[in-house]
Amino acid sequence: MSARVSALVAARATALNHPLGLLAAIVLGAIALAALAAPLIAPQNPFDLASFDVLDAEMPPLWLAGSDPRFLLGTDSQGRDLLSAILYGTRISLTVGILAVAIQAAIGIPLGLIAGYTGGRVDSLIARLADVQLSLSSLMLAIIALALVRAGLGGETLGRFAVPLLVLVIGLAEWPYFARTARAATQAEAAKDHVRAGRALGASDAGIIWRHILPNILSPLIVVATTQIAGAVMAEAALSFLGLGLPVTQPSLGTLIRSGYDLIFAGIWWVTVLPGLALVVVLVSVNLLGDALRDGLDPRLTPR
Amino acid sequence: MQALATGLAFFAKRAAQAILVMLAIAVIAFAVKGALGDPLREIMGEAVPEAERAALRHELGLDAPWPAQLARYLGNAAKGDLGQSYIYKRSTLEVVLAKFPASFELVLAASLIVLLVSLPAGIYCAVRPRSLGARLTLGLSVLGISVPVFLTGIFLISIFSVWLGLLPAFGRGETVELGFWETGLLTLDGLEHLVLPAITLSSIMLPLFIRLVRSAMLDQLGSDYVRTARAKGASSLRVWLNHALRNALLPIIALGALQIGNMLAFTLLTETVFQWPGMGFLFLEAVTRADIPLITTYLVAVGLLFVVTNTLADVASLWLDPRIGLEGQR
Repeated sequence: MSARVSALVAARATALNHPLGLLAAIVLGAIALAALAAPLIAPQNPFDLASFDVLDAEMPPLWLAGSDPRFLLGTDSQGRDLLSAILYGTRISLTVGILAVAIQAAIGIPLGLIAGYTGGRVDSLIARLADVQLSLSSLMLAIIALALVRAGLGGETLGRFAVPLLVLVIGLAEWPYFARTARAATQAEAAKDHVRAGRALGASDAGIIWRHILPNILSPLIVVATTQIAGAVMAEAALSFLGLGLPVTQPSLGTLIRSGYDLIFAGIWWVTVLPGLALVVVLVSVNLLGDALRDGLDPRLTPR
Repeated sequence: MQALATGLAFFAKRAAQAILVMLAIAVIAFAVKGALGDPLREIMGEAVPEAERAALRHELGLDAPWPAQLARYLGNAAKGDLGQSYIYKRSTLEVVLAKFPASFELVLAASLIVLLVSLPAGIYCAVRPRSLGARLTLGLSVLGISVPVFLTGIFLISIFSVWLGLLPAFGRGETVELGFWETGLLTLDGLEHLVLPAITLSSIMLPLFIRLVRSAMLDQLGSDYVRTARAKGASSLRVWLNHALRNALLPIIALGALQIGNMLAFTLLTETVFQWPGMGFLFLEAVTRADIPLITTYLVAVGLLFVVTNTLADVASLWLDPRIGLEGQR
């Protein structure tokens, strides 16, 4: 309980000291809310082929000549309202990002706790595994894995199972960041008096880890989670851009960028640039929030 | 003499590791090929009677037990035969190797930009940490990290190709054949085509390397020998470049080597945006058309590149700091 209160206090101090971080948090909150409420606020359902008309295709955004007041940000090559597509796309991108990071945390944090708490041979084995995993690029592994699925089972199957597949390939390879942070924090925590007292009183190892260590190492883990979400959203966008992610019928931001890309050369830049800007705004705010949280919650991690 | 022996032992150990990794990659490629590729369908089509299929399967050795097939695959691979491409009807290794110069020149140009910008910028941020320039550089690097590489490419194309019409947006342009090596570096057209892709690819690595150089330099600048050198009256520039940078190179190379795999992925993305006819672009074409032999050959080639560059980075570390080899001996 006290850990939670102190985290709140720290969060308030952070917000006051970091106007940029606060701004990022507000922007991100607004985006997340809009994405969550997409079915309620979007003018159109971009997944429903019947809701848009190809006669409306390639309309420019409202501030350009030849626009249509029905489409604030214009339409794509199939007549899909771009604002709705961006709202739904952000929703998918954030969902995949957050679920993938949840998998990373679910693998990395227990491994880090075990490594930091037990030490010795287990510790060096986990550290070695983390080193090997980090030297292999997770983005490259994800590209290869999804490429094999696509080549083996076809693009349609890939499209149908895109969300769980993306969550898995982005989630499985990036656990070492959580493991390393959890390990270092656990080592520091395990040497403290309250943990030793717990052990002297005969508490079980699992009880000590769960009740005394985990609550006290949450701050650095939250910082890692934030930067990892930015990485996961970026990875999802990259994979979808390559045609290895979400299909055009169910577009994420990366898919929208991919499907609008060819139109740039015809001067129809908004179909790809606007979802691209949306992606950049999401990523910049997550990264800025991560920096601010790191300064506020765990000053030790701040790069000098 | 001792140092030479240590160096050789270190190299032998690394080489043995590299061979083991390559063997593992080849086995994976074999497994993928076995699981996904059906060479019979490619050769004969669907409408051939089963008896004929069985005969050909026997002739090609496809009914042999898998260890025998694996041994044959590895034997052929050692001779440079990794199969025939379905699309190109040629040896897959030839197809992939023909695309190597394009990727190599792109990575080379991007690495040069990263090197030429990140070293001075990183050193500057380390020696003048409170200056406006340093803060601006670090602030911009957050933005740089937040823009995916393919978006940088799209933004650059929108501005410099579509809007301003200054630079070409796709392909390699005019190339010159130097034996087996097809280069785009010797013609003005080829160089013009290289500008945007190279800047794009370097943009994703730059923020990371600027931060890396900066923190490695900061570590060195705080150490005793730097203070001693200063106390002896060495000039600032001499201390930064001759003393601190030399020792900072080691962590820069070690941590930079971790990015080799990411560099491969970013190259693939850049090649896709600019339709750059390199290995990554070829790989995606092979994926869309389910050319399994070509896909597996790309995996082997990329694995080889990864292993070779990592080994080179290790050797460079040993060359910079002979203690590393000795530590490995303990």
